Amino acid sequence: AVLKKRLVKLVVNFLFYFRTDEAEPIGALLLEHCRITKEEENVFSISFIEEPERKYCFECATEEQCQEWVEALKRASYEFLRRSLIFYRNEIQKMTGKDPLEQYGISEEARFQLGAPRQ
Amino acid sequence: MKLNERSLAFYATCDSPADNAGFLYKRGERHTAYHRRWFVLKGNMLFYFEERESREPVGVIVLEGCNVELCDAAEGFAFAIRFGGTKSRTYVLAAESQAAMESWVKSLSRASFDYMRLVVRELEKQLQEMRWGLVGACGGSREPPGPWKPKLPGLEQSRERLLALPAVLPKENGCAVWDNVVRAEQPPNTSGCAGHDEDGSPRPPPLPPRRRVSNGEATSAGAAVAESPSTFCRLHEQYSREVARLRQDWQQRQRGPRP
Repeated sequence: AVLKKRLVKLVVNFLFYFRTDEAEPIGALLLEHCRITKEEENVFSISFIEEPERKYCFECATEEQCQEWVEALKRASYEFLRRSLIFYRNEIQKMTGKDPLEQYGISEEARFQLGAPRQ
Repeated sequence: MKLNERSLAFYATCDSPADNAGFLYKRGERHTAYHRRWFVLKGNMLFYFEERESREPVGVIVLEGCNVELCDAAEGFAFAIRFGGTKSRTYVLAAESQAAMESWVKSLSRASFDYMRLVVRELEKQLQEMRWGLVGACGGSREPPGPWKPKLPGLEQSRERLLALPAVLPKENGCAVWDNVVRAEQPPNTSGCAGHDEDGSPRPPPLPPRRRVSNGEATSAGAAVAESPSTFCRLHEQYSREVARLRQDWQQRQRGPRP
């Protein structure tokens, strides 16, 4: 496999990649239902649940940079954010007996429920 | 621009719960004719299918940086998703009832990743303030124990707050070293410490280990104090796995026995 130098940018739950001298991205990866794996030194890979053998490999300049990316990408999905929210909501409710989302008027929103029913 | 379309299609059609779903009329790009499509909202992605039973979406609208507005009364129950920028298209949709329109407008206007992140940060902040309150109540000061200096001056506040979150420890634990070593720069959208959902045997998180007093400060047994981030991260990760498992169990129970 040939390594190509790319500018890579993480924006919300998308990983954009650019040719180093271009302003428009060549492509993007939606980071939902994916697995971030630390491979050999300086290298990590992204694979998706529906095609686990296909790995998008990235080689970083340093091992430290590689670790930063792995940590950042693991937290980059909307679903991860949702789980964090449910976790914090639960914790606060346990400590105070009150639902912290009530004050924002969003406690009944489907997206904040533990396992919203599929319509 | 290339996209991992197969993964997108998977996300659209997999079993994960949709935040909203239903038929909407979508106005065509060039023509004013409306087409009835089956819409599925998951996270910040609004997918649409030709038919409800279609196996792949026809298209997707990424709901970041947009405004959702009601349209003038000309078309019944119509609303628009408007993006900034001169080249951006405005999507005009119409629901089949007033109630459906209101439900869609509400769920679409809160669908962005940015909004979710805002709420998560707010809850993190609340949780931290409550835990520091616990520390204060146990006789310690409200300030984070020990000296801490952020390694990066530009560190985002929410990340500092997360690292400052002490684990709620059982009473027999004593003081821990305040370890604020931050692993360099992260993109601005990180919010949690847990790894993503991985397969693991679900069991309740273990009690954090006893810690030795490291710098001679008095141990105050019974006070919840700061844990080092790595232990909290692990604890957080374990909680998240437990939540994910509970969620899965609950979903399965909702669905009922499979035929």
